[in-house]
Amino acid sequence: MDLSYGAEAEAFRKEVRVFLTESWQPGERRGSELKQFAGDFRRSAIDRGYLYRSVPKRYGGSEQPVDVIRAQVIREEFGKARAPMEVGGNGVNMTVPTLLEKGTDEQKDLFIQRTIEGEYIWGQGYSEPGSGSDLASVRTKGELSPDGTKWIINGQKIWTSQGMQSTHMFMLVRTEPDAAKHDGITYLLMDLDQPGVTRRPIRQMTGEEGAHTFCEFFFDNAEAPVAWQVGERGQGWYVSRTTLKHERASIGSADGLGSQFRKLVELAQEMGRIGDPLVRDRLAEIEGRVLSHRYTSFRLFSCAAAGEDPGRVHLMMKLLLTEIGHDVALLAQDLIGEAGMIEPAGAGGRGPRGPRGPNKWLDQIMGSLGNSIAGGASNIQRNIIGERGLGLPRDLAMAAEK
Amino acid sequence: MRFHLSEEQVAIQDAVRGTLGDCWGMEQLHKFAGGDDDFDPASWETLMSLGIGGLALPESEGGAGLGLLDAALVCEVAGEKAAPGPLIGQILTAIAVANCSDAETRNLLPRIASGELVSTLALDSDLVQSARAAHLFLTDDGAGGLRLIEAGDGVTIEAVIATDRSRPVSRVQFGDVAVHPICAAGDPLVQRIRDAALVLIAADALGGAQHCTDISVDYAKERTQFGQPIGRFQGLKHQLAQMALDVEPSRALVWYAAYAWDANLPDATRAAAMAKAHLCEVYTRTTRAAIASHGGIGYTWEYGLNYWFRRSVYDRAWLASPAQHRARAAELAGW
Repeated sequence: MDLSYGAEAEAFRKEVRVFLTESWQPGERRGSELKQFAGDFRRSAIDRGYLYRSVPKRYGGSEQPVDVIRAQVIREEFGKARAPMEVGGNGVNMTVPTLLEKGTDEQKDLFIQRTIEGEYIWGQGYSEPGSGSDLASVRTKGELSPDGTKWIINGQKIWTSQGMQSTHMFMLVRTEPDAAKHDGITYLLMDLDQPGVTRRPIRQMTGEEGAHTFCEFFFDNAEAPVAWQVGERGQGWYVSRTTLKHERASIGSADGLGSQFRKLVELAQEMGRIGDPLVRDRLAEIEGRVLSHRYTSFRLFSCAAAGEDPGRVHLMMKLLLTEIGHDVALLAQDLIGEAGMIEPAGAGGRGPRGPRGPNKWLDQIMGSLGNSIAGGASNIQRNIIGERGLGLPRDLAMAAEK
Repeated sequence: MRFHLSEEQVAIQDAVRGTLGDCWGMEQLHKFAGGDDDFDPASWETLMSLGIGGLALPESEGGAGLGLLDAALVCEVAGEKAAPGPLIGQILTAIAVANCSDAETRNLLPRIASGELVSTLALDSDLVQSARAAHLFLTDDGAGGLRLIEAGDGVTIEAVIATDRSRPVSRVQFGDVAVHPICAAGDPLVQRIRDAALVLIAADALGGAQHCTDISVDYAKERTQFGQPIGRFQGLKHQLAQMALDVEPSRALVWYAAYAWDANLPDATRAAAMAKAHLCEVYTRTTRAAIASHGGIGYTWEYGLNYWFRRSVYDRAWLASPAQHRARAAELAGW
């Protein structure tokens, strides 16, 4: 075993550093000036092959061969320099790879470049009030217009991140009500700036509300061009399951968890509890899991770099992260003690204007519950581990549908 | 960047698994557990014939030139099979003697590496595995150094009823004994050997926990109730998923601790403590969950799950409890 990235990667790191030193000097720029500077910087980073590596050049990407180690070096160095990276979000992570794999040339031309340049922001239109774990039960209805050029959409979607900012949505819509459950869904793209679309932020249990929380969307004869349908009519479920080939393996979430754990130790120190043997024991117990997650991330990264299958452990990472988050929350709750009785100003906030003081941990304490639900609830993760990882037979109700 | 097993490492594990599987199954375990012996020469010779005694020794010392990581992979398989014999003591003794400067002690090395001299660990406890069969005892010198004690005169062995039936212990007292010095107090080798011991115990626990998970999953696929395999029911499916979630990610903790030891990283001592503490917790939870998931049959002697449960009791207490190692880890972190 060897945790160094190797000489070739270190030479590449130097190259990236030189580029960053030369090109990312935002100085005193603020506001629109900074935005312009960041945009120019991104374009030159793309020219160098550092960003949007899996996106073809004709759509504005840098079209580089898959190399998880280089991708990791880029993330690390850009992170250290606080330089702008890919714009991120659902558009870059989901819409672009889906279009690259399943989209028409027209769709690729229309959407990919504008998405990676941040002009189009995509909301995910999957969950509905009646369709959570059983996602294929979606009921939002799509019907063809009399002239056959448009889908007319009626229904409701929920839990859309960045919903208030989204310009577009990718969505699963039931278009063949008589077909079998999984075969009656079509994958559509929609412009959200139209009269038939109403959106509303959902106030979360953390208190978070307003422009940066989840949204619910109501569709009342909203329209999407048939030309914006991705994949065949009725095949949307399978489009949404497209396996995405990416440089996804990274140790990013392990770094995030590690820094959260360090903050937990600091909290114990600030609260004068670090000498308490019970606190020390719980910290060390949590750290055992934090390190298991970290070293397993190394393992997954190493397998990806070597092009080898890591086996079932990759199915466990989401649940592992969620469970460690709960452990952290429980200890943090004990450590902040009475401070937890007062909700801090700006609760649920993000970034530098978020709350200060020990009770700021209330955000993590409550937010960790969201991780048990978002992106596949924990019991669904246990089904996945049990069925796909351990080969246990499928639940009868689910098996009967296939 | 390499943080998964190489083909060679997988091949070593497969070889040990296959070889042990041929001579050490439930039949042998039951027989051994019901007998009076504290050592099984047949499986020992089989393991030693694979060169395991000298696995972690440099080639210049007649070893395989591999590291503690490879030794840990072997101990993992031993844990999986609940193999008898003082394997951990043997590997540690070989490493300790290869790194000692006493010429007379070093003369023993070829016979230790070959497994001809059986060496068991007698550190921090008077309860010692395979004490009646051992030729050598790796122990402290009472002042913080390490030494080997020869079996025979001055060594008193008192029989006890051992909880761990796969590695039975006896109570051992040392009187006026024949000694081979290894190193004095303050020598970094002392800490190296103690760290390596924790890593190898963690590896044994990992193998045992994986085995208990695997047989529980297999059983859930075979056993039917209400006309279906019980593994179809989410209640059990989720318990089994939780066992796998506990065991599989912790594998990398053992790898890291062994790698840190091999590379002599600054956090090697702490990594060993974390691995020992965490894996022994995992082993305890997993053996309990395995018996619960089996139902009645898991509670019988005949089915044999209890051998792993008993081994988890031993591993947990051996060279200090998880809580004690967490306290050390907290100290070493400077908290």
